[in-house]
Amino acid sequence: MSALVRNYFILTAFALGLIVVPLVLPNPEYNLSNINRAGLVAIVCIGLNLLLGFAGQISLGHAAFYGMGAYFSGMLTAPHLGIGLDPWLAMVIGMAGTALFAWVIGIPTLKLHGNYLVMATLGFNIVIIEVIKAWAATGQEDGLGGIPELSLFGLTFDNEVARFYLIFFFVVAAILISINLVNSRVGRALRAVHGSEVAAASLGVNVSRYKVKVFVLSAVLASLAGSLHAHMIMPTPGDFDIFHSVDLVMIVLIGGMGSVWGTLIGAILLTMLPHWLGVIQAYKHFFYGLVLVVILIYLPQGLFVGPVDAWRRRRAKAGGAS
Amino acid sequence: MTGEALTTALTQALLTGLTTGAIYALVGLGFCIIHNSVGIVNFTQVDFVTVGGFLMYSFFIAVGCLFIGTPGGWAWPGLPFKIEPLPPVPWWLKIVALALAVVAVTLVGAAVERFFIRPARSKQVIVLIFITIGVSILLRGIFEVVWGKTPVRMPAFTPGNLKLMGAAYTIQDIWVLGVTLVSIGALHYFFQRTLTGKAMRAAAVNPRAASLAGISVNRMVMLSFALAGILGGLAGMLITPISSLNYTIGVMIGLKGFAGAVLGGYGSFIGAIVGGVLLGVLERVPTMIDVVVSFLFGADPKLADYKEVVAFVVLVLVLFVRPSGILGRGEVQRV
Repeated sequence: MSALVRNYFILTAFALGLIVVPLVLPNPEYNLSNINRAGLVAIVCIGLNLLLGFAGQISLGHAAFYGMGAYFSGMLTAPHLGIGLDPWLAMVIGMAGTALFAWVIGIPTLKLHGNYLVMATLGFNIVIIEVIKAWAATGQEDGLGGIPELSLFGLTFDNEVARFYLIFFFVVAAILISINLVNSRVGRALRAVHGSEVAAASLGVNVSRYKVKVFVLSAVLASLAGSLHAHMIMPTPGDFDIFHSVDLVMIVLIGGMGSVWGTLIGAILLTMLPHWLGVIQAYKHFFYGLVLVVILIYLPQGLFVGPVDAWRRRRAKAGGAS
Repeated sequence: MTGEALTTALTQALLTGLTTGAIYALVGLGFCIIHNSVGIVNFTQVDFVTVGGFLMYSFFIAVGCLFIGTPGGWAWPGLPFKIEPLPPVPWWLKIVALALAVVAVTLVGAAVERFFIRPARSKQVIVLIFITIGVSILLRGIFEVVWGKTPVRMPAFTPGNLKLMGAAYTIQDIWVLGVTLVSIGALHYFFQRTLTGKAMRAAAVNPRAASLAGISVNRMVMLSFALAGILGGLAGMLITPISSLNYTIGVMIGLKGFAGAVLGGYGSFIGAIVGGVLLGVLERVPTMIDVVVSFLFGADPKLADYKEVVAFVVLVLVLFVRPSGILGRGEVQRV
């Protein structure tokens, strides 16, 4: 069974499993609100995984793209700001606007490597957040209130069950895009770029164009998640700061770079972790940091990729012997 | 506004910029030392700033130079400070407290290397950077438990101020400049004249050759973290009486120190100093424009609201246009 077919198989099972989650989960309104948050984060991280895991380019600025989506949607639809567009149209405009922005900054940014790339993306994240904080129309530190709910065919997404289906529809779509892309010509080119930019370029891969393209795609996914966020949770600048960007990259690293499923599990685990640590709220950051550090030190390939690879190797060896 | 008031305001902005610039230079030097020895951006550098300020605060209280009788502060876990005012203490106790804080922050720096960087199974740059980010989150957790989230405040080391062309220049500002200059001198002496300093440089240039010559590369890397701890810690100690200090303030000062180092040329010591001071002054440019515009036209454009953005706009622009900075050798790529 090829990897692509296996992934389709898992995705179908996953999508079917999702349908029953709200039906069997105890106390759905409360539990689903956390899971929905994780779903939004998962959409961003699936995009980020394409950039980090396949193209090998790091970004500490994706929370800013997430925020741009949220503020595009919020400012274009909130009645008190006087534009009042249709939320779905605003979402598309947000994605287009974020794509354009990512493309413009992506060209000079992705020429940088390693440390410099990390710091440039981090720098532009801080700039965006500080501008949001200083610009009166965004509601500044208090957040942007009065954003209408999303609705479709008369159904309003004002309860967590409806939101769950909407968010996870996009999660499944993002996974589908991701696994198709990875198994395409573009995906192979990206992996070649990850392996060695020089070798890829010498084989005719337009390295910088591919890097910018995947950067833009991941920014668009982040913007989509941000738009959904804005219609469900009031956006404040603190939701999109560099610490949030750090969380996003941590999820991809812990889930295992280059693994779509690892990223998904990582997104759910790391979003829920602070909630589970809720009982020891005062020590939240301490334990969160400790868990991250221990995983990065001892399982640098992430929680899933390393162990799964080891298991596959052992199975292959056992199969060869019999 | 009179012409005299204008010069006063401009001088004030310049002097303030110089002081913050000196702080950025100290932090930037710490970034450079670790970059040269391990090749990564060490995010815990921003926490060395915070931990330095916090430890000094607690040691000041411990030796009796600072009295905290009100809420907003407990200095040590489980020890509420409800003590009656203390008798006057001799001035050298402050030096003792500062020295203790320097020793402690050195140990923190060394511990970060020994317990988090050295055991790392992967030496990939991305993984190492994110280990330092993880340690930063962990330290944030410790800060919140021990020192709380509200910024700690304390008076200047020595009270009083001078007048320079009408602008106020506090003795604390002189402390900042003095300690920065002494640190730079000491660092220069250490790396150029002492055997350990030379060994550290050798280990940075070629670890394998250095270890063949009998240098313990691990120990040199640990030493570079200890040195970076001292530099960051000193920056935190000097700035606390000026700006107050908590985790977020420390992060911002630390990242601006990094921006300064990039502006000057990342990896170059002189670059970190020049870039840091330049950045400190550049940050005051919006304020200066405000002053000049309100002098000429009588209306304040309030550009100073965007003061926090300056350092990061500079960082991003330098990286886009000239990643090697003013003095740097550039990002060399080996194929």
